[in-house]
Amino acid sequence: MTHAAVSPNWPARIALALAALVALTLAVALAVTVGEMAIPLPVALRALGNGLFGLDLPVGAIQQGVIFDYRLSRALMAALCGGALAISGAILQALLRNPLAEPYLLGVSAGASTGAVCVMILGFGGATLGLSGGAFLGSVAALALVALLAAGAGGSSDRVILAGVAGSQLFNAATATIVTTLASAEQARGVMFWLLGNFGGVRWPDLWVATPVALIGFLICMINAKALDAFAFGVDAAASLGIAVARVRLVLLATTALLTATMVAIVGTIGFVGLVIPHAARFLVGPGHARLLPACLVIGGIFMILADILSRILVPQQILPIGIVTALFGAPAFALILYRARRSS
Amino acid sequence: MTDAVTLAAHDVRWEADGRMIIDGVTLAAEPNRILGLIGPNGSGKSSLLRLLCRLRKVASGVVTLDGADIAGLPRRDLARRLAFVEQQATTDVHLTVCDVVRLGRTPHRSAFASWNAADEQAVEAALTRVGLAERHHQPWHTLSGGERQRVHIARALAQDPRELILDEPTNHLDIRHQLSILALIRRLGLTCIVALHDLNLASLFCDRIGVLHEGRLVACGAPAKVLTPELIRRVFEVEVRICEGTGGHRHVEYVVDHQQGDSR
Repeated sequence: MTHAAVSPNWPARIALALAALVALTLAVALAVTVGEMAIPLPVALRALGNGLFGLDLPVGAIQQGVIFDYRLSRALMAALCGGALAISGAILQALLRNPLAEPYLLGVSAGASTGAVCVMILGFGGATLGLSGGAFLGSVAALALVALLAAGAGGSSDRVILAGVAGSQLFNAATATIVTTLASAEQARGVMFWLLGNFGGVRWPDLWVATPVALIGFLICMINAKALDAFAFGVDAAASLGIAVARVRLVLLATTALLTATMVAIVGTIGFVGLVIPHAARFLVGPGHARLLPACLVIGGIFMILADILSRILVPQQILPIGIVTALFGAPAFALILYRARRSS
Repeated sequence: MTDAVTLAAHDVRWEADGRMIIDGVTLAAEPNRILGLIGPNGSGKSSLLRLLCRLRKVASGVVTLDGADIAGLPRRDLARRLAFVEQQATTDVHLTVCDVVRLGRTPHRSAFASWNAADEQAVEAALTRVGLAERHHQPWHTLSGGERQRVHIARALAQDPRELILDEPTNHLDIRHQLSILALIRRLGLTCIVALHDLNLASLFCDRIGVLHEGRLVACGAPAKVLTPELIRRVFEVEVRICEGTGGHRHVEYVVDHQQGDSR
């Protein structure tokens, strides 16, 4: 086994990468064909050809719109979002040396909800800011507060976590206060729905923002993959291995914060993925981050696409919030993984 | 001058929370020799070691490596030259022996460099030197305390250092493992600075001993010169007799008055 490591097994790696790509494509294809309106696969493929390559194949206008503008953009967004959240979780678990760390730990989702509520109910920013803009600003505000708190408390891992918990509680309380005192029943329902995550509003312009953020974020994380491995025995051990600990921590915390804030602003808070996918990926590919992070991207992406499909078809005539589906199906799946890992060790 | 060729501290001070922890320490390692640091709990041994490998920044004074201030060295360059073994460092990550030792190659590899033959050879050699060549794939959490310490030393060796700093490497080990770890460190032939608690082990395995007391270096030299009843009484507040043990090593015998139940 050690010899395999000496000369990296390129054919195997390429095969694995291709398999991942095929799996992702299949998941997207499934997401594009499955839905309330039954559209046969050939029609779906023609619609994709028209949309992606500017072809002029015969497809009904409504079917073209549903496939390309609604389902494809939604599926791609789900993939990006799942991947970004899973990577963020993996990074935070390594940096803070805590298996319970997850992307919303730094107060991002709580801040986003407060920002969204300010726009939705208090009418801040009017039409110019929009829900996503408000959520993003809220995330950044919460992050800044948590960062200040953590730095003031000494900046060690447990202080970051405590500061995150305190910041989240504060912003969640602010959200609850606004909703309970000022919102109508209809608005409260809307907020509730948004908080649990929703891909329904995703259109192509959202992807023009989310795609570069996710790819650049992923690249930054990959550059630091070896540094992340060195954090296994703590900050001093990492520093004595030549890692510029303060810089790496700052860059990676900022990257995960940006990734998470962008996703939360576009699709709301989707729990569970960022916490659990990194653990599932670790069972599959081991703890080394050079393999773990790509695995998180792919597994997180596929998981989220499948969860989104389920959220659309589970209850007829109704779309379940995606956050409910990820937890409802993710938790038992993870329990199974934990159980099997226990038996094999 | 010996401090021009390896690691040395010059009038180094460091404080935490307004309290002076290291107060003007000057000492130099000798190439390929073992310098032991002894002193009571809280005397500043761990802090001094962390200053020497730049895990903490000195408040004043300088630490030099081959005569150059280490504050000016890139962290990676420093890590290829000097390795640090912490006291009881552990992890919850599911790593194997090999994974841990491979971490030692971190300063030798750039961000996207793949694992090469030199890396593999360094890891194999390090594992062989600590006697764990057959244990590559054993999970970290199944190792005993002594084995873990050996893996940490192997990880440090994989860094390919000339200076090795160890913070109480024998802590919490039974006597057999204490002796075998220290014998291993001696066999390495590197320039070592090692903090120790046991005065007799320090006398047996160190070429020189530095004694820390309340953040100051109160003595430094050959064990036979440093380990005197007067100094030990002053620093550790215990009564001892010093006898000559096998091989001419000083042996510290504790004088305990069982009537009082107190060594004083």
